[in-house]
Amino acid sequence: MGAYILKRLFLVLFVGVGITFVTFVIAQVIPIDPAVAALGENAREEQIREFRERYGLDKPLLVQYGLYLQRLLQLDLGRSLRTGRPVAEDLKEFFPATLELSLAAFLVAVCLGLPAGIWAALRQNRAPDLLVRLMALLLGSTPVFFLAILLLELLHRKLGLLPGPGRLDPYLIPPPPVTGMVTLDALLARDWVAFRDALHHLVLPAFVLGSASAALLARMVRAAMLEVLSQDYIRTAWAKGLAERQVVFRHALKNAALPVLTLLGGLMGGLLSGAVLTETIFSWPGLGRYVTQSATSLDFPAVMGVTLLVGLVYSLLNLLVDLFYALLDPRIRYA
Amino acid sequence: MRKLLRRFFRNPGAVLGLGLLLALLLLALLGPSLAKDPLEQNLLERLKPPSPEHPLGTDQLGRDVWARVVHGARISLGVGFGVVFLASLLGTAVGLLAGGLGGRWDNLLMRLTDIFFAFPSLILAMAIAAALGPNLVNTVIAVALVTWPIYARLVRAQVLALREREFVEAARALGAGSGRILLRHLLPNALTPVLVQASYEVGAAILTAAGLSFIGFGAQPPTPEWGAMVAETRNYMAEAPWAATAPAVGILLAVLAFNLLGDGLRDVLDPRGR
Repeated sequence: MGAYILKRLFLVLFVGVGITFVTFVIAQVIPIDPAVAALGENAREEQIREFRERYGLDKPLLVQYGLYLQRLLQLDLGRSLRTGRPVAEDLKEFFPATLELSLAAFLVAVCLGLPAGIWAALRQNRAPDLLVRLMALLLGSTPVFFLAILLLELLHRKLGLLPGPGRLDPYLIPPPPVTGMVTLDALLARDWVAFRDALHHLVLPAFVLGSASAALLARMVRAAMLEVLSQDYIRTAWAKGLAERQVVFRHALKNAALPVLTLLGGLMGGLLSGAVLTETIFSWPGLGRYVTQSATSLDFPAVMGVTLLVGLVYSLLNLLVDLFYALLDPRIRYA
Repeated sequence: MRKLLRRFFRNPGAVLGLGLLLALLLLALLGPSLAKDPLEQNLLERLKPPSPEHPLGTDQLGRDVWARVVHGARISLGVGFGVVFLASLLGTAVGLLAGGLGGRWDNLLMRLTDIFFAFPSLILAMAIAAALGPNLVNTVIAVALVTWPIYARLVRAQVLALREREFVEAARALGAGSGRILLRHLLPNALTPVLVQASYEVGAAILTAAGLSFIGFGAQPPTPEWGAMVAETRNYMAEAPWAATAPAVGILLAVLAFNLLGDGLRDVLDPRGR
């Protein structure tokens, strides 16, 4: 097991280096000179030369890449051309909002997708199954950005049930930042008014972001449950007169959980990167909005930083899922 | 083959998907010659509700929404097919090489796909589109570059499984070289899962491309691309909901068609799946 973990950790590292290389190559394709972009059109010759020397832009590309990796080891991701701050600092500021949103969306996906999938499998080809399949198909095919616009229009502007974009009512005093996640910070500060408001602000973007994943999860859970429910030992369980609850939860669900589990890591990773559109529409101050604005202004140090962070989190999540899987299924461990 | 077709046409979802797709294709091919000019503005006719003259109303510049949606069908379907064509070509080649060559090459190529798999796809596509310049062709390239690894993995797995089968051994006994075996014997047999995946991926590519255009990294206004249209008209949801809803429904129907088709193909070609 130890060797397995070590090998997998090495792979994560490899993937991380690979990500930096690919983004580095992309950054070289842009037809814009980073020195001119940082200093402005009216910069003098010697200013540009000095900037190039300072950031190693006058060196060959491979040397530049080496320098980049070297700085990376010291957690120096470079300076954002747009905000003028170190990218690492920007990431630290914007990551918690994205994490909060994607965790909430993940919760939405699991709370909707899991029961829906189980229910559909138990009532295969009957009304509940057809309803779940139809909903999953529709939600999975709806463009997230339109769902966001539609729900904002209906639930916020027309009915006033939920607040609009943002994380907190501007008239409220934000809780002292500890984790950077407003709901959690409000909880820690025992500020119930802010907590309620932050939670209200979270509902809509979390649902929008999580809906497609809920649909996917429902489909996967249904398929996995159907597979398991057709097995002989389930028939035995029914035959010996066990209650439906016991058959479903004790016998079927446990075995159907394995294939679903592999999906969850990818799902959470997908939510982190899928947050781009949701954050843009809901003015959510997270990585997605940050990277969109950065890419618009061709601020590649920032784009590379976000890509690297999200890619690494995604790889680590998958590693975690695989380890968990190996723990649950001895066939993997000893293979 | 006839048995497969019969099974496909007995599947109501698959038939619905195929019907939807054919309708959209017809719209994309014939529509533009039937509908009005999608770029013609008429500021006196701004945000008009649907009427006989404008079946889906007009947008904030007085353009005919129906004309724009119809032209958008051509763009979105083109982008979807273009992405899948490029990505499946690249992915299949990589998967075939990895599975066929084996050993060190296999390891190297598969680690390469690992890297692209770990990439946050939308962010990578955004970065590529930003670097190359935001337009439709670059959107296709960007989305293809983030989606090819899935085909590589599928084809490689198929090649590895098929390599040990008797018909390959028979071909080898008859004196076929490894290149011939790979291309003439393994490739055709490995394409079934690629076909199913490709069907889903056309829908996914349409969604991703529309999302990219929505945040400004794809087609630029005034191009009648569905995602860009939703972005342009989103601020008029209260007065003229049809302007943003019509292109969104276009996306929904196109993606739905390919998802239904993918489900149908999977049911027919892979009897184990449900």
